[in-house]
Amino acid sequence: MYGNAYIDPNEKANAMLAGEDPIKLAEFEARIARGEKIEPKDWMPKEYRKQLIRMIEQHGHSEIIGALPEGTWITRAPGFKRKLALMAKVQDEVGHAQLLYSAAETLGKSREDMINDLITGKSKYSNVFNYPAYTWADACIIAWLIDAGAIINQVANAKGSYGPYCRALDRICTEESFHLKYGHDNVVTLATGTPIQRKMVQEALTRWWPPIMHFFGPSDKISSHTEILMRWKVKMASNDDMRQQFLNMYVPKIWDLGLVIPDANLKKNEEIGKWDYTEPDWDEFKRVINGGGPCNAERLAVRRMAEEKGRWVRAALLRKDEKYVTPLA
Amino acid sequence: MINSLDPRIKREQINEDNTIAPLTEMDQFETYEVFHQKKRGDQHVHVGIVHAPNAEMALLFGKEQFGRRGLSVNIWVVKTSNVFASDYDDADIFETVPEKQYREAGGYKVMDKINKYKKENKA
Repeated sequence: MYGNAYIDPNEKANAMLAGEDPIKLAEFEARIARGEKIEPKDWMPKEYRKQLIRMIEQHGHSEIIGALPEGTWITRAPGFKRKLALMAKVQDEVGHAQLLYSAAETLGKSREDMINDLITGKSKYSNVFNYPAYTWADACIIAWLIDAGAIINQVANAKGSYGPYCRALDRICTEESFHLKYGHDNVVTLATGTPIQRKMVQEALTRWWPPIMHFFGPSDKISSHTEILMRWKVKMASNDDMRQQFLNMYVPKIWDLGLVIPDANLKKNEEIGKWDYTEPDWDEFKRVINGGGPCNAERLAVRRMAEEKGRWVRAALLRKDEKYVTPLA
Repeated sequence: MINSLDPRIKREQINEDNTIAPLTEMDQFETYEVFHQKKRGDQHVHVGIVHAPNAEMALLFGKEQFGRRGLSVNIWVVKTSNVFASDYDDADIFETVPEKQYREAGGYKVMDKINKYKKENKA
């Protein structure tokens, strides 16, 4: 489950290519233009490596942290079948993190360094997970709509240029399709259920709509920086385009259930084929991504606790002759 | 103490400022490359890596990570450090040329000769 990596719009494009060998750079760009993938030991610009590590790492962290608000509902999920399904989903999310961390590792950042950067708050993860899942219906809305958003992002990124990331995403997307069906099934059950169930799912949707609109990130500034990342197939679609795609696919499905989306301006502009909506509150987005959300502190504290409690086991299992080499693919 | 909505987290009584020592090198162990066989008769196919302290645990993690859905009958794990790979920069060693048709079944065309022979020798 993941939105778009947050790219600092103030980063300067001219610094991106500084010091790169022009011949190697041309070969690299030609390879991508031919639709070929880049593999770990290939020559690549420093900035390509840096942006991919940051992006894949954030994606991995999002899977781990995203499992926390959902994991808490396993014991309270209504019925045995839903407990099993939610356990399977949470296991998938943690598995996705491992696939993604592995892909980032091939670019030269160790898994230890990535975990350290997560638990100290240096690395970001998807902002939506800084909000709590108050009720079972919140967990259902997450499983349906947040995973839906994640699939849109991941399907786009799976066509990117870095081989290990694409391979991880192909596997991830297959599994996410189960999450989406499972989440939809849960929301439909509540929305077509008793008045209390309907009220519960409506309230959860109302709570989650602003974070869902934040999910793909603010409008991309059309900068030469973004242009280069798109040419290198690191960034595959603009944040606004992905948000539009999400609205196009899911607003009708939400309306089908007679649920109310808390945005009076939300409607499809048939002339241009795009959705009008109230601009999300980006100050709130920035406040939360920088640590001010309701659950930021809790998420990281729980993650640190887990890491600390497992440390002695890992230390006991470590053999002296073990030697780390970077994974091949 | 964190006042969480989540009863499980509340029970843990975690402090928000529970700073921990950073993970040190090798905390997450070395990696194993995982090869997965869907069904008997298929080739084992490389599917990714797992971090593990030994081969037994690598097999366990490999099964959890790559064999929890669909068909699986067998997996192999190999320490990444034991894999020797060719270099992408040397990809030209695999280049082939049209003259190498002698290696291909399609390089051998005899029907023209046979037809010609049959035509000329029609008695």
